[in-house]
Amino acid sequence: MPEAMSKNGQHHPAPRPFLEAAETLVRRDEGSMPRVADIRRKALSQFEQSGIPSTRHEEWKYLDLSPLTTTDFRTATPDDIRKLSKADADALRHDGVDACLLLVENGSLNRDASDLKSVPAGVRIGSLAELGTEPAVIDHLFSLADTHTEALVALNTMLSYDPLIILVEANAQVETVLHVAFAAVPESSPLNVCTRLLVVAATGASCTLIESYHTIGEGASTLTNAVTETVVGSGARVHHIKVQHENSLARNISYHKVHMAGDSYQHLTTLTLGGALVRNTLNLRLDGQQINTYLNGLYVLDGDQVVDNHTLVDHAQPNCYSSELYKGIISGRAQGIFNGKIWVRPDAQKTNAYQSNKNILLSDEASMNTKPQLEIYADDVKCSHGATTGQLDEESLFYLRARGIGEATARALLNQAFAADVIAQVEHPGIREALLQVLDRKLSNLQS
Amino acid sequence: MLSIKNLQASVEGKQILNGLNLEIGQGEVHAIMGPNGSGKSTLASVLAGREDYEVTGGSVTFLGQDLLDASPEDRARAGLFLAFQYPVEIPGVSNANFLKTAVNEVRKSRGQEILDSKDFLKLMNEKMKLVEMDKAMTQRSVNEGFSGGEKKRNEIFQMAMLEPRLAVLDETDSGLDIDALRIVSHGVNALRSKERSFVVITHYQRLLDYIVPDFVHVLYKGRIVKSGTRELALELEAKGYDWIKDETTVNA
Repeated sequence: MPEAMSKNGQHHPAPRPFLEAAETLVRRDEGSMPRVADIRRKALSQFEQSGIPSTRHEEWKYLDLSPLTTTDFRTATPDDIRKLSKADADALRHDGVDACLLLVENGSLNRDASDLKSVPAGVRIGSLAELGTEPAVIDHLFSLADTHTEALVALNTMLSYDPLIILVEANAQVETVLHVAFAAVPESSPLNVCTRLLVVAATGASCTLIESYHTIGEGASTLTNAVTETVVGSGARVHHIKVQHENSLARNISYHKVHMAGDSYQHLTTLTLGGALVRNTLNLRLDGQQINTYLNGLYVLDGDQVVDNHTLVDHAQPNCYSSELYKGIISGRAQGIFNGKIWVRPDAQKTNAYQSNKNILLSDEASMNTKPQLEIYADDVKCSHGATTGQLDEESLFYLRARGIGEATARALLNQAFAADVIAQVEHPGIREALLQVLDRKLSNLQS
Repeated sequence: MLSIKNLQASVEGKQILNGLNLEIGQGEVHAIMGPNGSGKSTLASVLAGREDYEVTGGSVTFLGQDLLDASPEDRARAGLFLAFQYPVEIPGVSNANFLKTAVNEVRKSRGQEILDSKDFLKLMNEKMKLVEMDKAMTQRSVNEGFSGGEKKRNEIFQMAMLEPRLAVLDETDSGLDIDALRIVSHGVNALRSKERSFVVITHYQRLLDYIVPDFVHVLYKGRIVKSGTRELALELEAKGYDWIKDETTVNA
């Protein structure tokens, strides 16, 4: 089913500065980590050939990446950290959430500003140099996410200087939230930041992870190219919350690949509030039986934001359940894009797969492109999908106003109500409360 | 309290109200009856300020103020309440949160202090008894999954919470079984006072056995064509609306 990249004008040529930065990195890794250097070299040659997808590429139809080729981005290196302090890191915490905060600044872990002294029991956190020889890292880092079909993953693989690795031991029940905060800190020129995260929850482990994205400082535009690889082992349970708070000069192209083993459970929530141009590609492979997975998303957009969520749920084995709910509130001239693929492979009998995408457009110039794509090759399955895009319900608005509630408050109340059911499903009460607060802040300050 | 003079209104270009006159004094209960399509619900919608209804002539003053220029929320804050014929379901907004917002916005506009959670809860518990409402209903989303009777009880509950000066009940009896009708009417009667007036819009005289009006008006073709006391409702019940139609045709 995956198709290799083809050419025919579907790509912009690979920008030279990216290739040069990668060559430097390959030279760095050649002596100490020859295996990694080989992986980078291979990604470099793939990216050199493929370039950056254009809007003629089916998967990038509504998202124009040409600014990536016309902007002169410098790629951040480990020399670009330690501008941020412990206090900057603390500002990214959520009130009322007991978390081990890891600050990844311009692509590298800022050790001084992170809670490395209070890593919960059963969890190991480290760099390639520290954990690169662990079997779980050799097996999964740089291999779950596919550089062959995804040009931006190739770009990340060749340029992510300092991947962050989180290993959760078998049967560890981790109560403390693991909060990885990715901050792009531009100075005076456009900055490319490649972040890479590997999370392996071994057999029977349980953990809650927040992955948040921030821009600190408004000096120049940023491009964050983020790749996250997650392994949810047999019977493991992972709650994963991704929140995008970046500023209006930020672009964030992320790719998240999840590999789930039998009897595992995952609950994923993606909340997109900030960023000028955001692409979230989320690929789940359900590779075992009795897997339960929830993937929910909420995007609240205004101004000229463009946000694209591409999801794939790959049911490879029988008796699994997936439930997907993505909702959007789109104001101003913002554009939302949703593409939700569900594959049910021939072996995946008794699959239950549900998908829903609902959107509210708050202005005439706001737009939404939504495309569900179900490919079902098994015959004994229950699958459904639905997509709606509409306006705020005028009857409801009148009802609230007829009770004395002012129009602005009534609109905010209805927007909150529309969005709240995505957040309500977040299981951690402290995180749920924190997300409701950031959501309320965005909803009450929507720009036209 | 409410003075309607020569009111004309249209919806989607169709003229519905054709010079309606009505005076409602403080503490009075007026019933408005009439055949289907006579303009009963249009009157209710125009009074509440529904935007798709266009007022093409006449005036309405409420407590001395021009009503027609005011937004729906300002009308509600001034003390006008419409009990909807078809209450809207609003998923995701809890009844309690909705009412707390409404009560406090109304209080704010009147320069009263905002109720904190404790005082609000106390008020809510007291008013819920009026319509025999279950506590669980306040935590549910506004009207979502409510039965017809529960929705109408919720309307009266909201009225009790907001304590309006004038309540317009738009076919509150439609779709109610006899028990729900009794509960709803009991709620309304408990809220009757010397200061508060009611306009009870109904198709059937049955409701008026429970909520006994001071005056009864017959609306036909967008005008009040006959006014009287409770006996008029009984007469309509016995004879139907045809004699009114005939009479109107003869007079016209």
